Amino acid sequence: MKYMLMIYEHAGSREAALADGRVMAEAQAIMDELQQTGEMLGGQALADPSQTLTVQVADGVPAVTDGPFIESKEYLGGYVIIETETPERAVEIAARWPTGETPMELRPIMDGTGEEM
Amino acid sequence: MRTDRRIEDLLRQLAPQALGPLVRRHGRFDACEDAVQEALLAAAQQWPDEGVPLNPRAWLITVASRRLTDEARAEQARRAREDVVAARVPADEHVAPAADADLPAGEDDTLTLLFLCCQPELSGPSQVALTLRAVGGLTTAEIAAAFLVPEATMGQRISRAKQRIKATGILPDEERAERLPAVLHVLYLIFSEGYTASSGADLQRAELTTEAIRLTREVRRLLPDDGEVAGLLALMLLTDSRRAARTDPSGALIPLADQDRERWNRESIDEGVALVTAALKASPLGPYQVQAAIAAVHAEAPRSEDTDWPQIVALYGLLERLSPSPMVALNRAVAVAMAQGPEAGLELLAELGDDDRIAEHHRLAAVRAHLHEMAGDTDAAKAGYRDAARRTTSLPERTYLDARAARLD
Repeated sequence: MKYMLMIYEHAGSREAALADGRVMAEAQAIMDELQQTGEMLGGQALADPSQTLTVQVADGVPAVTDGPFIESKEYLGGYVIIETETPERAVEIAARWPTGETPMELRPIMDGTGEEM
Repeated sequence: MRTDRRIEDLLRQLAPQALGPLVRRHGRFDACEDAVQEALLAAAQQWPDEGVPLNPRAWLITVASRRLTDEARAEQARRAREDVVAARVPADEHVAPAADADLPAGEDDTLTLLFLCCQPELSGPSQVALTLRAVGGLTTAEIAAAFLVPEATMGQRISRAKQRIKATGILPDEERAERLPAVLHVLYLIFSEGYTASSGADLQRAELTTEAIRLTREVRRLLPDDGEVAGLLALMLLTDSRRAARTDPSGALIPLADQDRERWNRESIDEGVALVTAALKASPLGPYQVQAAIAAVHAEAPRSEDTDWPQIVALYGLLERLSPSPMVALNRAVAVAMAQGPEAGLELLAELGDDDRIAEHHRLAAVRAHLHEMAGDTDAAKAGYRDAARRTTSLPERTYLDARAARLD
């Protein structure tokens, strides 16, 4: 099963993680392990939410505004795509991610195969 | 690029026949597999222009051996530089035979390699990937495309799996019989990966079906008296016979009951029915034979309403005894509903709802919805379809289930 591991951040959490070298080293170690095991399919860090552009089309006219559409305390800071043999393994990976107090979201990715019923 | 279909088929067939003798001679599965993969690549580039050599298998072994020799020489040179003592390994352990060495053809090279690739130390996906490469002769890029993962990821999975095989070596004869179910399971996994791919978008994936049938035919040629091998081949052929009818042009799933049976492949059905009929008479009963028998009952009904449901109920009962699983119990509940009415089926589902292994599964919710619809309970059916649609991670299944719910509005 393929999953997107969504890493949430809040104001100041990235700075805190960068200041604490262990956090980055831990995350890197997990990513290295996932490369090794062939479970890592990809992933990226996202820019600060202040860099977000929200584009909304009303009556055919796109309106572009600075900042995210939904203001919230937590925001998506980056994502990792993994493929694991069991859901338990995916939970284990998420649980080891050094995120501090912010939770991780683990969301299955849909695929194109299906059984007729 | 492998453009010539005939050469491509030949290379896939030759891959295990070239790898088998090399592994028997050198024992270094990892290095041998790399060498054969390079030889296959060279052949795919050269044969379309220069013609297929008189003895294509010998050609591949020669080229792969040369590659192994080069690698062994480089290794020896490295060792000589680093450690003079360690270099005192008898030369013929490292150096591949001369280019024209006549390695004997092992009739069961394909089997030997299948047993190697399907060892229990490897995870299911690793067994599948390695089998496709070492026995199926597919490239890493082709396997990666079929499983929709980056090539680097698939390369890493295959190389990890190969490392483990190096440590375990070749399987002793007495363990082969024990390993056969694992081999059949891997072939079945390859088949279903391909079969469940919806048409159009996932064509490369659908080719896995053809590959699985080819490999299973090969195993059957080598083990003609094994009833479960015949049963698996029959099951694949009977399932695959519905391929053209199971989706519409947009890729949407069509349930068995609504499929245009004119589009079922008669040739595959006839072969599958003959195979399973013969196997059931001659061999001890096994789960693949029973599943094939169920598929045969469906295949032989000219119309959906002609289906012999009581016989399917009996066969699922048999399957539940041979290899019990909640999914088999679920399928039996469907058959019971078709034979005796939806209430009887819903009663069986109620029991399954207490089974943690399937209680949250979308298939249970989907079957429940179907049975409620059969019983005329539209509200429960609608809610059930929506519930199942939320639970599945398959796009075509979600589309189908949402459409089913919308029809009841």
